[in-house]
Amino acid sequence: MSDQTLPLTGEVTSFLTRRARWSPLEVAFWLIALASIWLFPAKHLILTEICIWAMFALSLDLILGYAGIISLGHAAFFGLGAYSAGLIGKYGFIPEPVLALVASGLIASVAGFATSFLVLRGSDLTRLMVTFGVALVLGEIANKFSDITGGADGLQGVEIGPVFGTFRFDLFGHTGYVYALSVLFLMFVLARRIVRSPFGLSLQAIRGNPLRSSAVGIAVNWRLVAIYTLSAGYAGLAGAVLAQTQQFASLEMFSVERSADVLLILIIGGTGYLYGGLIGALIYRLAQDYLSDLSARYWQYWIGFVLIMMVLFGRVYGGILAALIIGATIWFKVDTGTSFVLTAGTLLVLGLVREPIVKWVALREQQAVVAMRRIRTRMKLGGHTESGHAGRA
Amino acid sequence: MLTIHDIQTILTILFDGIAYGMLLFVLACGLSVTLGLMNLVNLAHGAFAMAGGYVTVVLVNRMGLPFLVGLPLAFLAGAAIGALLERTLYVNLYAKSHLDQVLFTIGLVFMSVAGVDYVMGSSQQFVNIPAWLEGQIDAGGVGVGRYRLMIIVICGLLTLALQVILAKSRFGSRLRAAVDDQRVARGLGINVGAVFGLTFAFGSGLAALGGALGAQILGLDPVFPLKYLIYFLIVVTVGGTSSITGPFVASILLGIGDVAGKYYLPTLSAFVIYSIMIVMLLWRPQGLFSRPR
Repeated sequence: MSDQTLPLTGEVTSFLTRRARWSPLEVAFWLIALASIWLFPAKHLILTEICIWAMFALSLDLILGYAGIISLGHAAFFGLGAYSAGLIGKYGFIPEPVLALVASGLIASVAGFATSFLVLRGSDLTRLMVTFGVALVLGEIANKFSDITGGADGLQGVEIGPVFGTFRFDLFGHTGYVYALSVLFLMFVLARRIVRSPFGLSLQAIRGNPLRSSAVGIAVNWRLVAIYTLSAGYAGLAGAVLAQTQQFASLEMFSVERSADVLLILIIGGTGYLYGGLIGALIYRLAQDYLSDLSARYWQYWIGFVLIMMVLFGRVYGGILAALIIGATIWFKVDTGTSFVLTAGTLLVLGLVREPIVKWVALREQQAVVAMRRIRTRMKLGGHTESGHAGRA
Repeated sequence: MLTIHDIQTILTILFDGIAYGMLLFVLACGLSVTLGLMNLVNLAHGAFAMAGGYVTVVLVNRMGLPFLVGLPLAFLAGAAIGALLERTLYVNLYAKSHLDQVLFTIGLVFMSVAGVDYVMGSSQQFVNIPAWLEGQIDAGGVGVGRYRLMIIVICGLLTLALQVILAKSRFGSRLRAAVDDQRVARGLGINVGAVFGLTFAFGSGLAALGGALGAQILGLDPVFPLKYLIYFLIVVTVGGTSSITGPFVASILLGIGDVAGKYYLPTLSAFVIYSIMIVMLLWRPQGLFSRPR
């Protein structure tokens, strides 16, 4: 009896260990990140921002990529974390930034826990609206209590002490970058540990089919509450790092635009493998830095364009196509108005011809598969006639 | 004790609230059909309303057309844009996941916001309304704004017309059949795609008309689609998507609630609306008037 169950347990354990193993590619990724501290000392400010976006996208990936919860108000927790860290710094409750950071993360996760019960209910649309509503309510609170939060002017006069009492935040952002990168790495390691655990597997099962998951004995609601709480805490940490490194917090941190931006970042990088948010943040921020020189005010137009292309033609092809089109407008030095008209026109035409293109590609793929299969069987037939397998075909 | 003055205030609030609610209904009813019929999460619905508003601004302010001519033209422009986008872009979206629909329509909102900002500038726009619509009529001490009265008349007539079209016409019965059960409707030979395309265009046109009418009350600037998105969604989710009575009642309640909240609890009005929405969603996730499926 036990002989039959033991190998299964062993197999499960070895499966989980195999999943949890760090691949050389991952090690290289983090070594490059570490090396960036010395390689690009002049770029530390923008790299810090990338780290913060990466943390925020990582937190969204936990709920979207692993639990399938669509949120249009994740900035609620980001802003909450930022204001918590800012207020803690301003009024000097906790002079040490790391402890203040942990406290801000905890505050955000408490808010996440409290609102997670709202998110459990209903369909995608209900979730969308509830998350949206929570972000609006929190933003309104920050706006209305302006004597504490500074209202529309933002939270000013934030004082952040030295990290561990020794490392001061400097003007060039060197300390800030090392700080943000360390926090990102720790958060990532923890998230990785969690999603590769049996708990993480059960989340993916829930995303796949909640009804069947509950049928095999997964406590669907409580697991969603747990991951939502964790994700809110992560978003809070990201906001707190932003408030600490910039010594500032503003109402914009609660905005729909920020929630939509982080969604875009995650979609660019890809959901459900944790690195998506990190890679997406890198691409997004560098592209923004480059494109903003051209049209800072209309940056959102290009975000929208990329999103639409990615939905129409898939994340990879759509992204490449959008990058090519945007690249072409830059290459030929098209002015803003003309490029808007041209891209909008292109979009309409592409939308019109998408159906036939997709069908054509699918048909060709099918034909290729059939042809491959035919070739393979022929080769098999040729190779195996003597050994007597031919009769099977 | 209620004094006469209190009663007058309450009546004024009711009047303003009903006008506001009717406006919201015209703005949002297209979305309720889109969501209910094709299960399409169209977060870009407000962009059509914005388009209507700006079309009116251009026609009335710059080209000098009369306001009452501008309104139907705004409707036509919105319907044309809606039909164009439905045929070219939205048609690719029906079979996609909710996440994809959200990403796509948010992208559309961003493009429209930036595009309008480029063409018209980021400042708030006002439509020149004719002199006979300005000011108030005094009805027994209650100030009745002429413009709001016109909104109530136009939107009331529209609502009646919608109700008649939906309940009596052949198209209405096709639409209702498609809402109730798409597959059976298809099986009965109803061209659900065409019905939906027409309805989408009509709903976009109504949104554009709402945007044109509401430019004066809601304020018209490039972030309009994002600013009022939550209101449209509240109307649709609270009202449900199975009839137009639900969204209508929800709009009126929301309008009165919003105006009363702004008057009596000016610091808390936003909380009141959002909290009511969240409570409603928890209490009746299917909407106030629709039967659970």
